Amino acid sequence: MDYDIVIGMEIHAELATKSKIFCSCSTEFGAEENTHACPVCLGLPGVLPVINEKVVEYAARAGLALNCEIANFSKMDRKNYFYPDLPKAYQTSQFDLPICTGGTVEIDVDGETKPIGITRIHIEEDAGKLLHESADGTLVDTNRCGVPLIEIVTEPDITSAEEAKIFAEKIRNTLEYTGVSDCKMEEGSIRFDVNLSVKPKGSDTLGTRTEMKNLNSFRALERAIQYEARRQITELKKGHPIIQETRKWDDTKGVSSSLRSKEEAHDYRYFPEPDLVPIVLTDEQIQKFRDELPELPEQKRARYIKEYNLPEYDAGVLTSSKDTARFFEETVALIDKPKAVSNWLMVEIPPHLKEAEITINELPFEPKDLAELIAMIEDGTISGKIAKKVLTEMFKGEKAPKAIVEEKGWAQMSDASELEGIIEKIVEENPKSVADIASGNEKAYGFLTGQVMKATKGQANPKLANEIIRKKVKEKIG
Amino acid sequence: MKISKDEVKYVAGLARISFDEDEIDKLQSELSAVLEYADALNKVDTEGVAPTEHILPIKNVFRKDEAKESLPLEEVFKNAPDTEAGGFKVPKVIE
Ligand SMILES: [Zn+2]
Repeated sequence: MDYDIVIGMEIHAELATKSKIFCSCSTEFGAEENTHACPVCLGLPGVLPVINEKVVEYAARAGLALNCEIANFSKMDRKNYFYPDLPKAYQTSQFDLPICTGGTVEIDVDGETKPIGITRIHIEEDAGKLLHESADGTLVDTNRCGVPLIEIVTEPDITSAEEAKIFAEKIRNTLEYTGVSDCKMEEGSIRFDVNLSVKPKGSDTLGTRTEMKNLNSFRALERAIQYEARRQITELKKGHPIIQETRKWDDTKGVSSSLRSKEEAHDYRYFPEPDLVPIVLTDEQIQKFRDELPELPEQKRARYIKEYNLPEYDAGVLTSSKDTARFFEETVALIDKPKAVSNWLMVEIPPHLKEAEITINELPFEPKDLAELIAMIEDGTISGKIAKKVLTEMFKGEKAPKAIVEEKGWAQMSDASELEGIIEKIVEENPKSVADIASGNEKAYGFLTGQVMKATKGQANPKLANEIIRKKVKEKIG
Repeated sequence: MKISKDEVKYVAGLARISFDEDEIDKLQSELSAVLEYADALNKVDTEGVAPTEHILPIKNVFRKDEAKESLPLEEVFKNAPDTEAGGFKVPKVIE
């Protein structure tokens, strides 16, 4: 029997605010343990939390970018549970009146557009971090307690690991473009939870689902889904029921395991947060947020195809990251060769980035340097081959491409009189090749060109060299 | 509304509080009395009355997004029963 896979996702993204959601502690990543803590985020008695206005604004912007309705009235609630990373013993979240509801995100799967429903987006606070480095206990770092999050909840519209990955990338991209989250996977600022069930192909009845939490890379997301779908199908084929449970994905081993032994039935006893007052947004405010939305990835992609005449593939790759798109636009503003700029950004630069383990934001050169490099190819100063060597040098440090070419003496020999002297000598020294050409063997030109390149260490402008060789040989043959 | 002993035990479990059987008996009747008192609200006609989302007639109290100094570490740890290497130390948590 064939099975359908049914997936719903919950995505947690940390918002890019300077301060925490209910207090003025910094949200900066990587500080010494417990140095970003105060009575509010430590959950000490008698404190009064006050919500950060940027959190509301960012959550609304995220909702608008994901085509949601923004609520005129929403409120905060307490979600009660005990865990050592949660000093207050409740997470301040939103229960029945979230800030955004009912959105859609369109993803491209094998050339087809597929809508994925967004059930809701709500505001909440992050928990702290548990460190397991003590021999006889667990250590708690509260720096992350109270860092603002949005949780994006989808409809169960996703049907494969591939779709989940494309969707997750699209969400990451959109949040990054909108500027509401820096979405740094390596810092855990965006995390994915997956609810997955399988059912006989075409059946209307949903199967029992399992949940996997905190998948923190696209690869982990994809592999965890593939594994879990296979596991459920195998169980069902053996006649075993699926147990509703939370499973832990081990990305190193590539397997998931049940957490049910330690899990208790959750009863969060949500109730309205008495210390925080309702959030009311007027239609005018919501409209203002909408008007201020920046150009989103798919709008940008369409514009690149139209305005720069780029192939769809190029437009897709360049707009898949806000920073790549920015670098592209700034370079094209300086040199009107979109396809050439695109090639450098898509083909030549990425391997260097990978090797240096840096992002496009950390490039040791600027758009004007890439523009200068491309301009030198265009005007014949250097060949495409030399340009790649120049790029390698550019990655090493401070020098601009022109200075590198000058210092290394890599400019093509485009001085006709200089080349003529060299070529005349080569033609003199190779009478056999000239005789071959005279008897109709055009291939001998190739040999002569090779000799010229050798004599000039590859720096002769090939087009010019060719012209002069032909001229000199013709003179010789008479 | 009367609640069962099992419900008392369940709620106690959620709150991580343990009681002996006598205390549970006592709590069963006390909690039942509280709930019966609140039952009076069910007799009120609330047709056409908007639900109370918040008890205060206030909205939109916001803070500017400005990061300020946090507490010094010794203040942070003032009430902590145990600390180690800059962290609050708690009994070992197995994930
Ligand atoms: Zn704080």
